[in-house]
Amino acid sequence: MKMLTFSSRTAKEILRDPVNLGFGLGFPVVLILLLSAIQANVPVSLFEIEKLAPGMTIFGLSFMTLFSATLIAKDRESALLQRLYTTPLTAADFIFGYTLPILPIALAQAVVCFITALILGMEITINVLWAVLAIIPAAVFFIALGLLCGSVFNVKQVGGMCGALLTNLTAWLSGIWFDLDLVGGAFKKVAELLPFCHAVKVEQAVCAGQFGDIWPDLAWVIAYAAVAVIFSVVLFLRQMKRQ
Amino acid sequence: MNAIEIKKLTKKYKDVTAVDGLELSVRQGELFALLGVNGAGKTTTIKMLSCLTAPTSGEAHLGGKSIVSQPNEVKRIIGVSPQETAVAPNLTVKENLELMCGVHGISKEKTCERVQELCEEFELQEVMTRKAGKLSGGWQRRLSIAMALTGDPEILFLDEPTLGLDVIARSELWDTVRTLKGKKTIILTTHYMEEAEALSDRIGIMRGGRLLALGTAQELKALAGKEKFEDAFVAIVKGERK
Repeated sequence: MKMLTFSSRTAKEILRDPVNLGFGLGFPVVLILLLSAIQANVPVSLFEIEKLAPGMTIFGLSFMTLFSATLIAKDRESALLQRLYTTPLTAADFIFGYTLPILPIALAQAVVCFITALILGMEITINVLWAVLAIIPAAVFFIALGLLCGSVFNVKQVGGMCGALLTNLTAWLSGIWFDLDLVGGAFKKVAELLPFCHAVKVEQAVCAGQFGDIWPDLAWVIAYAAVAVIFSVVLFLRQMKRQ
Repeated sequence: MNAIEIKKLTKKYKDVTAVDGLELSVRQGELFALLGVNGAGKTTTIKMLSCLTAPTSGEAHLGGKSIVSQPNEVKRIIGVSPQETAVAPNLTVKENLELMCGVHGISKEKTCERVQELCEEFELQEVMTRKAGKLSGGWQRRLSIAMALTGDPEILFLDEPTLGLDVIARSELWDTVRTLKGKKTIILTTHYMEEAEALSDRIGIMRGGRLLALGTAQELKALAGKEKFEDAFVAIVKGERK
């Protein structure tokens, strides 16, 4: 009950911010439309909707980190969190209250991306539904990263780390815009060490109905999500103690 | 009966002793003001009493519950209005109060009743549907105190409640605090001498983490041999008492 009240507040704070809605839901859609328009005017296969849409659902998740981290950092700065720490809410209530409401927002964002893709000609199959569910491990990773950054950084730092750095890392190192093999070398090696391109490959495989191809990429994403959850919980509890 | 019993309460941060062996009792229903210059240890004392930070040593009992061994029990009987305005900006006034009712485990049916009561008590009806982040400083402070009272606490902490408010908003907030006198045990920290003098039953003056003097405004003026309370405060803090 207490946790649900707190989660409901988290959802309201995020969804009532027009900047959140604009960037979180609007920006990936705008990119799908823009890149599809470019694709329609070039003779080579650059941004095929079947590959672009799954990639964009992962890119959109980087905004979940931004939402979550900004809200926590703002609460810390405004002393709202301090007030709530003097109430009977437990550490688990805070952690679940900050993270759980973002999961349905992440799923909704994936649905919006796929609806846009279907309108643009992506084939309608049951695999799209599976692809929406397949973003959950990556969503957990990005949401946990938000809890982590919000526990460590202030609002300004969160803007730089999550708003600029993370969204760019997700964009460039995920293989959404170009095939990583085209660049190769150290760039590809670094990209493959990070979870972004693996998350995109899982989504692309599920959309294509090639469920056997999701491994070992899904294992990479799950491992990163698990590590992010552990670190975020530890760092959140640390800042809670420091209050 | 005492609502708060503090015994040798100490808080150290590395080399700095923020609160040093504080001994104090506050009676039930009393409005007690803690005064002091910046860094005197007022806010650290409130943070320890509200279980936000653990004492390095010493102990305090609130309503008979220990802040060291029973922090969860203590949290059920206290309300805190922090120094900075602590409201959820994108939630309306009503939703902010509902949020606090929810985190105190108040049922849905009783929440409506409690929100109504608080809105009437703090005259928040006209701004009930407005987002808290869009309210003026005075309204936000009023909401902040109302939020601290949602769980019907026995002990209320007001940490510099009128900081940054204009004269009118401050006077209105004083009226609000006066309505609570006798009903709740209130610990108030402030930088405004006239506020402490006008509202408090007793005043404690702190410096360097220690309690320098304790008594009613009249007693402190007599102790310092001054007619004005502000002069008495300055004399006591500077060690120039009679």
